[in-house]
Amino acid sequence: MYRYDEFDARFVAERVEQFRGQVARRLNGELTEDQFKPLRLMNGLYLQLHAYMLRIAVPYGTLNSKQLRMLAHIARKYDKGYGHFTTRQNLQFNWPRLVDVPDILAELATVEMHAIQTSGNCIRNVTADHFAGAAADEIEDPRPIAEIIRQWSSLHPEFSFLPRKFKIAVSGAPNDRAALKFHDMALEIVKNDAGEVGYRVLVGGGMGRTPYIGYVVGDFVAKDDILSFLESVMRVYNEQGRRDNLFKARIKILANALGPEEMRRQVAAEFEEIRKGGTLQLPAEELARIETYFAPPAFEDLPDDMPQIDPDFLRTNVHAHRAKGYCIVTVSLKPIGGVPGDATDAQMDALAELMERYRLGEIRVSHEQNLVLPHVRKKDLPAIHARLKELGLATPNAGLITDIIACPGLDYCDLANARSIPIAQKIAERFADLDRQHDIGELKIKISGCINACGHHHAGHIGILGVDKKGVEFYQLQLGGSAASDASIGEILGPGFGKDEIAGAVERVIEAYLSLRDPGERFLDTYRRVGIVPFKNVAYREQLHAAY
Amino acid sequence: MLTANRLRDGAVLYWKAGAWVERLAEGEIFATQAEADAALAAAQDFVARNAVVSPYLFDVQDDGSPVKEREIIRAAGPSVRDDLGKQANESTSPSWGGRAGEAGSGGGPRAEPPPGSLRSPTSPSGGDEGLFDVSI
Amino acid sequence: MPLIKEDRFVDDPFFFVPDGKAYPDEKGVIVTLARFQGEKESLFAHHAPVGVRLASSEHPQVLKADLPRLAAVVLEFPKFRDGRPFSWARMLRTRYDYKGEIRAVGDFLPDQLAFMARTGFDAFEVRQDFTLDQFRHAMTEITAPYQPSADGRKTIRELRAK
Repeated sequence: MYRYDEFDARFVAERVEQFRGQVARRLNGELTEDQFKPLRLMNGLYLQLHAYMLRIAVPYGTLNSKQLRMLAHIARKYDKGYGHFTTRQNLQFNWPRLVDVPDILAELATVEMHAIQTSGNCIRNVTADHFAGAAADEIEDPRPIAEIIRQWSSLHPEFSFLPRKFKIAVSGAPNDRAALKFHDMALEIVKNDAGEVGYRVLVGGGMGRTPYIGYVVGDFVAKDDILSFLESVMRVYNEQGRRDNLFKARIKILANALGPEEMRRQVAAEFEEIRKGGTLQLPAEELARIETYFAPPAFEDLPDDMPQIDPDFLRTNVHAHRAKGYCIVTVSLKPIGGVPGDATDAQMDALAELMERYRLGEIRVSHEQNLVLPHVRKKDLPAIHARLKELGLATPNAGLITDIIACPGLDYCDLANARSIPIAQKIAERFADLDRQHDIGELKIKISGCINACGHHHAGHIGILGVDKKGVEFYQLQLGGSAASDASIGEILGPGFGKDEIAGAVERVIEAYLSLRDPGERFLDTYRRVGIVPFKNVAYREQLHAAY
Repeated sequence: MLTANRLRDGAVLYWKAGAWVERLAEGEIFATQAEADAALAAAQDFVARNAVVSPYLFDVQDDGSPVKEREIIRAAGPSVRDDLGKQANESTSPSWGGRAGEAGSGGGPRAEPPPGSLRSPTSPSGGDEGLFDVSI
Repeated sequence: MPLIKEDRFVDDPFFFVPDGKAYPDEKGVIVTLARFQGEKESLFAHHAPVGVRLASSEHPQVLKADLPRLAAVVLEFPKFRDGRPFSWARMLRTRYDYKGEIRAVGDFLPDQLAFMARTGFDAFEVRQDFTLDQFRHAMTEITAPYQPSADGRKTIRELRAK
């Protein structure tokens, strides 16, 4: 993974001191809250329901054991002993004090970490396929270009005060594990007919109040052109994105207003000019230099047999690796009844120790709020699994109905209308039986506590949106969303359900699926085949009965 | 009632007779809108002095419990972690962790803490002279 | 308002003439885009040097042909959140190769000054109580940038190559 050199280290150190100065100026009143807010947001610091929340960047979801240990240390020293992994591969601490944040950032800097631009109207953390560098179907590891984009976008003088936030994702495989189509901008590594590798660039995807699926704005952008191209998209957005209405300020609104043809024309025109200028061309040597940081570990020549381990764990949490004798392991942060995505400091330390003991190198954060060990020797799997089980990190439910994505919701978040975590817990407990889970098969439930959709509910096979109905928590069901290559936005089922009704409604929807499905059909497939009406009928059945 | 967050540590505060307390139960309930508005206006002083941010009024019922779920949760702590926040009698000043002497299992009613994982008490550096006493 | 240029406080050589007001006797005026477009030749003939003040919604490409004759382009920040002037300054400096003064006015934070300098601003209308020390501090907090901009400063990549 990337290693800071003196320039990177100095950059982060200076940014820490800059923020320390900004905090001091806020505390002594030189800056009002209105002036300070965008500055603290650009360092990932929110004011939430109970306390401040600090969002730490995990670039393209990759951590080494030293960094994991530091996160554990910060959880202990400055917070309440745990952290929350997010749908953008970052880590959130829920209880830091403002006065401690500069010290937290200084400690993070010692392990090459930061919280730069994890919030604010600027370019955010660049996320990537959590199986990068390991997946069998990968064309190229997307993380080198993600790192280059990270550097290019850090404290970009022209694009730090955009109309709104800007999220970029990168994938190196045809199977989209990075939710490309729901990002403001996304890069897919592709090969053209001549066999050259380049980027297909998408714009205009997004969740939130008005979800959109992104469209292609550059079919094949050559590697040396990519930064010039990205800058042209940013410029079109900075110049024309709406500034009059916060809810219409994302690029997805502009992309929809202009339409693909006009957007492509404008981006192409800007790209031509920038390219002529030449300052943003990416030399092949530079890309090669960054690529060396992401060279895969020297894979040993190992037998490919899978040793005896818990068949349930094997079935869901172990995935094919491109190297013989290796596998990818999903570390579950979704224990039945637990808080999705949370990990304690002890768990983080233990994982770090496990990584060191088995020389695992890296751990990844997935946007589905699990962790991933990308390069596990199959022969080590039984021991690793046993240890994960001891740590409560081996719930064999990856991709199943209890592998729920949930935002922090009203339990933590100032913006929320309803709680999401208890709903996730209720549903998981209802479907805890593993045989039942396997019978249901692949089912992605995603829960958001408000319209901002941090839980990605629009992309859930079953999406749940918490709303406030006259001060009472209500939950709206959406069906048929997908964040994969077959991207789709879920369709709203109908009126909302109370917090004691929603799990039952989900159960009736599942039962309808089980009775309607053709052999081998996932929930998503059945829904796409039969439409929403059969599900609507059963979901509201209870209310209908109650009405009589 | 009137609530705000303390600037330096983000702690949730409630207005009581011209000052701030940390427990909703100790906060002042305004009998009239005029009283509430007057308190909100007075609170701006604390904003100007960089002591608190975002003061706002919210409704409570006759028994003093908040009308909105949001304020119930804000007053207590996350509903999914009864070992955290004000509901766990945690102090928010001066040392943040303040959980020395609390023998917790490490988890709330739902959370499944892994066996053998105990959260160590936290004690960040720095005292907090502040504008407040916890006792106010 | 105090004006900082070339790392010090300077007297403003221009006089901003709001729409509808008469021109002063002194030379050197700044006018809005609309006024400039309406009275261009008269301005250059009688009130040079001339500067144009753009609102954040006004793209500087409308001035492209006039840039060689314009002594200053003033870019307004209606609210510090409005980041369009950064693009306008950059366009002026790099795309249109503008050599005159690019001035920042309006609502902006000291923490934005470094971004402004990097995108091509070279004059800054600051608050009364703003000091030169604060200015210099804001300008030097980050030593080396990652990405190229209008200021031609060496990027981290270029520094690495040395």
